[in-house]
Amino acid sequence: MVDLAMEVAGLRLRNPTMLASGFLDETGGSLLRVFKAGAGAVVTKSIGPEPREGYANPTVVELDAGLLNAVGLPNPGIVEFEREVRQALDGGAAVIGSVYGKDAHEYARCALKMEEYGVQAVELNLSCPHARGLGTEIAQHADAVAEITKAVRDAVGVPVFPKLSPNVADIASFAVAAEKAGADGIVAINTVKAMAIAPEVRMPVLANRYGGLSGPAIRPIGVRAVYDIYAAVDVPVIGVGGVATGRDALEYVMAGASAVQVGTALLSRGLGAFNEILKEASGILEDLGIASVKDAVGAAHE
Amino acid sequence: MSRLQVVPLIDVVRESHHTTTYRFRADFGGDPGQFVMVWIPRWDELPMALSYLGPVKGITVHAYGDATKALQSFKPGDRIGVRGPYGNTFPLKGEKVLAVAGGTGTASLIAAIEGFAQQGAQVTSAIGARTAEELLFVDRAGASGEVHIATDDGTRGFHGFAPALAEKLLDRMKFDEVVTCGPERMIKLVVDAALRRGVPVHASLERYMKCGIGICDACAFDDRLVCLDGPVFPGDVLASSADFGAFRRDKSGRRIPI
Repeated sequence: MVDLAMEVAGLRLRNPTMLASGFLDETGGSLLRVFKAGAGAVVTKSIGPEPREGYANPTVVELDAGLLNAVGLPNPGIVEFEREVRQALDGGAAVIGSVYGKDAHEYARCALKMEEYGVQAVELNLSCPHARGLGTEIAQHADAVAEITKAVRDAVGVPVFPKLSPNVADIASFAVAAEKAGADGIVAINTVKAMAIAPEVRMPVLANRYGGLSGPAIRPIGVRAVYDIYAAVDVPVIGVGGVATGRDALEYVMAGASAVQVGTALLSRGLGAFNEILKEASGILEDLGIASVKDAVGAAHE
Repeated sequence: MSRLQVVPLIDVVRESHHTTTYRFRADFGGDPGQFVMVWIPRWDELPMALSYLGPVKGITVHAYGDATKALQSFKPGDRIGVRGPYGNTFPLKGEKVLAVAGGTGTASLIAAIEGFAQQGAQVTSAIGARTAEELLFVDRAGASGEVHIATDDGTRGFHGFAPALAEKLLDRMKFDEVVTCGPERMIKLVVDAALRRGVPVHASLERYMKCGIGICDACAFDDRLVCLDGPVFPGDVLASSADFGAFRRDKSGRRIPI
């Protein structure tokens, strides 16, 4: 039996899979359901200081290569979200609270609330590619990433994981800036900025026009980003982007990820995806004679 | 993945002063109870039950918001986007079936009424609306079995709400299955009435949705999703739910009373 237990920045996980933020994570019932389905931890929807409705529909476009979305950060606000987080935690889930804001102060305030509610770690959504005035500008400036990371690091005791955008020239330099500012781990990557047009009506399908692409199409982009980040920082990396199988997960792990997040694959494989990915990854590791997933982290580096 | 199809409307039929049926061809199937996400370009994308199955599908839409009002001006040849079909179906089990439909809920239930009839079941329909002019698909239901009408204002049939009519029918006749769709308070009354009499019941729920495919969590009730686990739920699941008939989620995910 391959040992699947993992520790990420002091966070003990029963296995190295996590629910990616943005999927089935706005209600306590859904968070708990995903955890019970096998995820090592569940990351919440990104929560801001105030309730937000998000964009008008269409907010998602299903594509052969993945999923394009511009949901627009809908969330009930950090105050109302307490009941959802507590419901998931009371049910035994390991919960990572994802937060966003318009400045470092708002990030810190939401992260502190998440910690009060009892989350095991916080993830900073620094990279939403389609929310005007929120993630977009922040994602493009390493000093903004550092400022927010530091503000949150100073505010909370739990591990802080900034989630980085792939829509930059050199993602590793952003990871280095985040690490210097006190990040306990780096999550990479968020979705890739993209667009779909319906020729029949001569217009972009998404109400927001632009969105973020997830799913199989972006996996090679994510694997490359994790590979570069792993080489550049000492803190653990959490890989996300197009993981649908155990082999996909091991690509990320061998690139340097200590854990992988799964989102879009839930569309094709359902909530059973977590257990299936773990089973498949275990089978491959066993064939390779690798006894623990920990031993595979970064294995693709010289 | 269900690819978005942008298709021309083939036919547009005004059913009442506020409700219209739009027919279109789409390259996917569909069973009674399933829904599609309908894109009204420049306006919105909304979940809609399929009121007609088969090669020429249909949706029947009450114009109550900006987007559905804009859709009212669409003519044959104008294009909408459709993706799906999504969700589960009414299990067509039962030999003596009572179908209780209220308002636009009839659009979702009519395909099941016809489905039951095609399987040889004896279908009794109780169709309700606020007033006679707003009644939907009475003829189609009549072609599938016996029809009873309820109107809130008494302009046709039973003067009262559909659940009250359903109770009378449940007391008068023997049924082995009840199916229902309509406003959630109405559904709750029908579910309670059926369960009290020990008759299995399935109800189709309606919730605000962003994605329709199990991502956004907007249609969550308890730990279930209307888009993936529903929209059709068995009565015992609903009866034990804290949210059914009581709470829904708004666009921001806040839990608000129905």
